[in-house]
Amino acid sequence: MAATIGVVVYPGTNCEHDAVLALESLGVRAELLFHDQRSFSGLDALVIAGGFAHGDYLRPGAIARFSPVMGAIEDFARRGGPVVGICNGFQVLCESGLLPGALQKNRGLRFLCQDSQLRVTSTSSVLTSQATVGELLSIPINHFSGSYTCDIDTLRILREQDRIVLRYVDNPNGSIDDIAGIANEMGNVVGLMPHPERASSALLGSVDGIVLLRSLITSAMATT
Amino acid sequence: MSNLEPVHRALGLSDAEYEEIVGVLGREPNLLELSLYGVMWSEHCSYKSSRIHLKRLPTKGPHVLVGPGENAGVIDAGDNIAIAIRIESHNHPSAIEPYQGAATGVGGILRDIFTMGARPLAVMDPLFFGDPEDARQQWLLDGVVSGISGYGNSVGVPTVGGELTFDRCYQSNPLVNVLCVGALPKERLVLGIASGPGNLAVLLGSSTGRDGIGGVSVLASAGFEGSDGAESLDDAKRPSVQVGDPYEEKRLIEACLALLDEGLVVGIQDLGGAGLACATSETAARGRVGMDVDVNAIPRREPGMEPWEVMTSESQERMLAIITPENLDQVTALCSRWEVRAAVIGHVTEPDFDANGEPVGRLRIRDGFDGAILAEVPASSLADDAPLYDRPKARPANLDATIADDPTDDAVSLDVAAAIEQLVVGARAVYSQYDHQLFLNTVIGPGADAALLRLAGPGLPVSKRGMALSTDSNPRWCALDPRAGTAATVAEGVANVATVGATAKAVVNCLNFGNPEHPEVMWQLSEAIDGMSEACNALSLPVIGGNVSLYNESGGIDIDPTPVIGTLGLVETLVCVPPSLSWSDNCDVVILGTRRESGDRPHSLAGSRVAVDVMARRGGALFSVDFADLQTSCEFVAGLVSDAAAGNASLLDSVHDVGGGGIAVALAESAAQSGIGASVAGLESVAELFSERPGRFIVTTPDSAGLRALAKQAGVSAEVIGRTGGLDLVIEGFASIAVSRLQDRRDKTVAELLDA
Repeated sequence: MAATIGVVVYPGTNCEHDAVLALESLGVRAELLFHDQRSFSGLDALVIAGGFAHGDYLRPGAIARFSPVMGAIEDFARRGGPVVGICNGFQVLCESGLLPGALQKNRGLRFLCQDSQLRVTSTSSVLTSQATVGELLSIPINHFSGSYTCDIDTLRILREQDRIVLRYVDNPNGSIDDIAGIANEMGNVVGLMPHPERASSALLGSVDGIVLLRSLITSAMATT
Repeated sequence: MSNLEPVHRALGLSDAEYEEIVGVLGREPNLLELSLYGVMWSEHCSYKSSRIHLKRLPTKGPHVLVGPGENAGVIDAGDNIAIAIRIESHNHPSAIEPYQGAATGVGGILRDIFTMGARPLAVMDPLFFGDPEDARQQWLLDGVVSGISGYGNSVGVPTVGGELTFDRCYQSNPLVNVLCVGALPKERLVLGIASGPGNLAVLLGSSTGRDGIGGVSVLASAGFEGSDGAESLDDAKRPSVQVGDPYEEKRLIEACLALLDEGLVVGIQDLGGAGLACATSETAARGRVGMDVDVNAIPRREPGMEPWEVMTSESQERMLAIITPENLDQVTALCSRWEVRAAVIGHVTEPDFDANGEPVGRLRIRDGFDGAILAEVPASSLADDAPLYDRPKARPANLDATIADDPTDDAVSLDVAAAIEQLVVGARAVYSQYDHQLFLNTVIGPGADAALLRLAGPGLPVSKRGMALSTDSNPRWCALDPRAGTAATVAEGVANVATVGATAKAVVNCLNFGNPEHPEVMWQLSEAIDGMSEACNALSLPVIGGNVSLYNESGGIDIDPTPVIGTLGLVETLVCVPPSLSWSDNCDVVILGTRRESGDRPHSLAGSRVAVDVMARRGGALFSVDFADLQTSCEFVAGLVSDAAAGNASLLDSVHDVGGGGIAVALAESAAQSGIGASVAGLESVAELFSERPGRFIVTTPDSAGLRALAKQAGVSAEVIGRTGGLDLVIEGFASIAVSRLQDRRDKTVAELLDA
């Protein structure tokens, strides 16, 4: 049976259609999951799409973590379901505690929409399983608050447990240890600031996001 | 305001206009009625000084679905998709409060687009500031860019380009224009018309506060007192600037598009300038019906607001929907899904009939649904019957002296390398702050001659077409000759969209001018409109929308005429990335298009960037454009590029329009973009290097013999001037500059201003 990936939409999310488009172009079903749903079924993986959930008011992700759908997302993640947060989705995952650390304002205090060079640094996650360690990917970033930070013990644990999955080659936002994406301990919950869906077609200038989306699709198929 | 000043003057109405209102009503208006006329008859809303001239623009075409006068122009793009486009100015608010001024400019233009049923898909921002070394200008630039970034990124519409111009004429009057395009399934097109007496008027979105009262009249329809650009920029007008909330607007977009998808509205109209006064009177006037509005039913942000404040507030993120009573529950439910407030504030009423049997809809503002009538005016008298002025025009007395002062001959001794370094200014530090990729449509983004987008979006029929967008303006040309300058600006737009393979289909315009009560300004405006007319007629391009921003003056000094042209082009098949302005190694460099002006007139630097920005010379006689010649070269270039976009083999390696800064800067920009140098020779003079006449392109090709053969068939001049390669840009006889140096200047100039 083909897998179905849910794309989470909060009020203010704006990358949901892009995520659906990119996933469906790779042959998987994708459907929108609205923030007011307390439960869902029939989904094999989740993408928390980018944007400005609840206007990013207070702090990016700070209000979204209280959405009705969050409980169901947490249950899904605890049962091992693949969950990927892209950009604002990464911020939501950090705020909700599904991932450690936090995303603060970019070094330079400006919004940045530009290409970024990433290095795959771990393949033990649902987002990087099909990639190769050391592989270079060109994928755009699009954020104001993308500078990842965490305390020194957390950083040590992330390193020891091989949970830093993507690093910037030329750190654009001041993230600690050049971190662009991390996974939870089980590797099934991943957050990243770059937008793989924006690098999913030659017409858009890069296809390097496809290996990440394919990894997620593979994980989703494995859970069906 | 002085205590002795009559109320109508404080509201921006002249004594003659007051008398006209008395004539319309057959009695003295009360304060509320006077306030409605004050905003609706403002220059900004009524176009009372420009309407008489705007009539001369060509607006028709077989593909035009909606022309000027509606919220946006709409064309049929094929594949059952219609494209809506609109351009607006937010100049005066941005001068006072740059962040909110620019942010609400974006918000306002988006509403103009989705009120037509179209999903906003892209925004472009032409920006104009004074001396870049001046601290206040840097503050304005930073504030405006942050406002566009803060609002546009959050609301979820990509900003795919624009322009950045510095000229001392904007020292006290920065210009912030904003263009938006959206697309819709053709059958979903809706207009802002109220109909069906008994239908409900429902206000969607934000509550109404005291922000932006008098925005269109006190602020946008008057000049600034101060002339020093710093101290006296009318702080007292700050409350007339609106405050934006992109999160509210994002939900409003989703709710409104869903309402339209479900067929739940009869008509819908955005609230912008003049707020509810405008939305209620315009929808009623268009439908030739009346409307009763209960002023108490309008959700408010603060207590104690007077009815005139509620009706003229320009609080952002509001829409007025006309719905049938049966649909109210569904409308309410759908809006609540998006957490959008929906309040019934009135209903459509039967019109009266005048002596000729014509329907006269009355706008009545009431204290409660069946309460006392606080104001009663014919809706069309607000919306359509504003005074029409044919203001005196006069060619500026000093223009002949200016034209006689031609800088071209004095350019012989110019340090060409230094001039190129000064002029190769990139805006990357600006546009990297804008999300320019959302919707996965952006094939060519900011920083190129034109933006190229897939014609796709949520809810649209599938299409392989592409759309191209360019915004163009040139105050240097238009100051010398507003007619030829505006015509050339249209030409520049057509050439720009040609570089991404597109054929221009329609234009919109934003006419930024000074005080229309100055006869010189009216002459400039009239000439500019004639120039646009001439160019659009020659190129068979309809003008499908526009905006006029007058009173861009401070201390009695007007800005130079600044007509901004937005050009919309289409590409038949967009499946491959076409050539950009970036070079490959070992290609021939070719000038396409006639090198000399028709009549073999020598190259002119009048109005060029090198003359104005480097030599500080603003005079001279402007070049003229041969439109037939321009069209031939644009069609040829567009054909080559669209072939590549369709996936066919192409002779082109790169293509770049010759625009501001001329051939020299076009070469420098391509070198900087690609990191590859070139050696060119045979350019005849400094004037040819820097002259800006549109219709010429710098292309590179691996097969110049093949390209020249094709060009010959098409009747287009093609001359090889050099070859790409190396790490320097060498223009034989004139300059040699390291490519790294060009990249450094391109990237750092604006970045340093923003960080200053």
